[in-house]
Amino acid sequence: MKNSILNIDKKNRLIKIINSIFTFYRDGFKGMVLGKKLWTIILIKLFVMFAVLKLLFFPNYLNTKFETDEEKGNYVLEQITRHVSKGQSK
Amino acid sequence: MVDIDLNMVNWARAQFALTAMYHWIFVPLTLGLSFLCAFFESIYVRTGNKEWRSITKFWMMLFGINFAIGVATGIILEFQFGTNWSNYSWIVGDIFGAPLAIEGIFAFFLEATFFAVMFFGWNRVSKGFHLFSTWMVAIGSNLSAVWILVANGWMQNPVGMIFNPETARFEMNSFSEVVFNPVAISKFVHTSSSGFLLASLFVLSISCWYMIRGRHIQMAKKSIVVASVFGLLSASYVAFTGDESAYVVAQKQPMKLAAIEGLYKGQTKAPIVAAGILNPDKKPGDNQDPFLVKIKIPYLLSLLANRSLNSFVPGIDDLVYGNDEHKIESIASKIAKGKTAINDLAMFKQARKTNNSQEATLSLANFRKNQEFMGYGYLNKPEEAVPPVAIPYYAFHIMVALGTLFPIIFAVFLFYAFKDSLTQKKWLLTIGLISGFLGYIASQAGWVVAEVGRQPWAINGLLPVKMATTNLAPANVQTTFFMFLGLFTLLLLAEITIMLKQISIGPERGEIK
Repeated sequence: MKNSILNIDKKNRLIKIINSIFTFYRDGFKGMVLGKKLWTIILIKLFVMFAVLKLLFFPNYLNTKFETDEEKGNYVLEQITRHVSKGQSK
Repeated sequence: MVDIDLNMVNWARAQFALTAMYHWIFVPLTLGLSFLCAFFESIYVRTGNKEWRSITKFWMMLFGINFAIGVATGIILEFQFGTNWSNYSWIVGDIFGAPLAIEGIFAFFLEATFFAVMFFGWNRVSKGFHLFSTWMVAIGSNLSAVWILVANGWMQNPVGMIFNPETARFEMNSFSEVVFNPVAISKFVHTSSSGFLLASLFVLSISCWYMIRGRHIQMAKKSIVVASVFGLLSASYVAFTGDESAYVVAQKQPMKLAAIEGLYKGQTKAPIVAAGILNPDKKPGDNQDPFLVKIKIPYLLSLLANRSLNSFVPGIDDLVYGNDEHKIESIASKIAKGKTAINDLAMFKQARKTNNSQEATLSLANFRKNQEFMGYGYLNKPEEAVPPVAIPYYAFHIMVALGTLFPIIFAVFLFYAFKDSLTQKKWLLTIGLISGFLGYIASQAGWVVAEVGRQPWAINGLLPVKMATTNLAPANVQTTFFMFLGLFTLLLLAEITIMLKQISIGPERGEIK
């Protein structure tokens, strides 16, 4: 009985804390003036960076060409060793 | 398979430089202005004077604008790693993974908690907790810079790792060696303190503008005093850390030191060039004078490089062609060892493919003998190991000249502030106004020295830039180069427009006249 009252008390306290954190952020965002403009810039920037640039122009080259780490390692090893072998055969 | 196009290498280089330089417009101001906000707020909490609260909120607002526009601009560098620099990003992935992940997690938690309190918490949390949050933002922003500079320091002086020929990766074998790399430490202290200096100049510059316009005089005076004290201390510290950086460069990257000083023939009791114009026709190994005109300070380069007035400082010719007397190995010899290492690596790979374990073991043992010279094996001639001398030379001298000027400016401002005659010194206010721009020039010049001076290396001595890139057509990189140019210019214009508007509005009305 005593334990369950303590648990309810803890739970209520936790809910209160979460609620006050939520209110803090909500009121903070609501009260922004210049901040709204800045957040708009941030969101547009992030959209351009991740949804346009990253997806369309900046694929991870090795991930698009190979599936396993072993394949990627072999490819890079090939890249960094062929140069000299070729040079020496000249 | 097609050889990597050098044109592509240069476009990838230009794109990375462009992104890094734009990114570095925002970062140093964040590093320094966060501390200045913490100082202003500390004075407010201590004195209870509401004027200081308004001063804090004003500079905090400019800090917020700079942070918002600059946030995530560094992520674009990471995009480029995967696309333009795939060899490099694969090879160093094991080293950079930990520092960059720590930075990301650290920055996220810092921003989600203390930033929110800093901007939303006025009148909602206690003064003490608000001040604590402001200090945490300042300390946290600077600490998150540690990790990226650890990564950069490792590229300049690779330590605490071993190359795994099975995976073609450098693998970390000592986290502490990577973190306490002397280059990383000197880079962090010099870079962060240069951010403090730049932010002090920024505050000084805007405050001078108010004073010239006859607006917010009291706020401007108070801001000037705090910024000048912080700026003077930071400038002294920047000079001290700069000296330490030069010493570390002399020990770990002697070619960079020789380039930034335009030193071709090594000397004992070497003088430093205080100012001079380089001879544009000078080439390594020829007998032409490297300078058209120069002013030297005797002994100073030996002192800077080795902490000894009589010591020998190697020049570009000594480092390229070797110097038996001073036991400096020539680049030609290093190239030969490097080619042997790469050949042994290729033989190891072949032996693995054919399951010849005896041959694989032998090739690996041979590779280990010369692995530290691996990068030199990719150079076609010894002179390729020399960076483009003029760029780091002029950037270094511009940085040092401005770095010498700034403490004088702060000292003069403090002198007239304590005499309470700043408003009458229009000439000084004009210098103060301009000094903000000079701060940005010095700051950018510092990175030019660091990054151009280490060419041709992506990883010093181990991987030249030309081998770090992806095998792509130059047109791909050209397109994204111009896209970035447009995007960053837009962001910069947004920053300047919003900042100018807020500066023009000034601090909260009614609280400061």
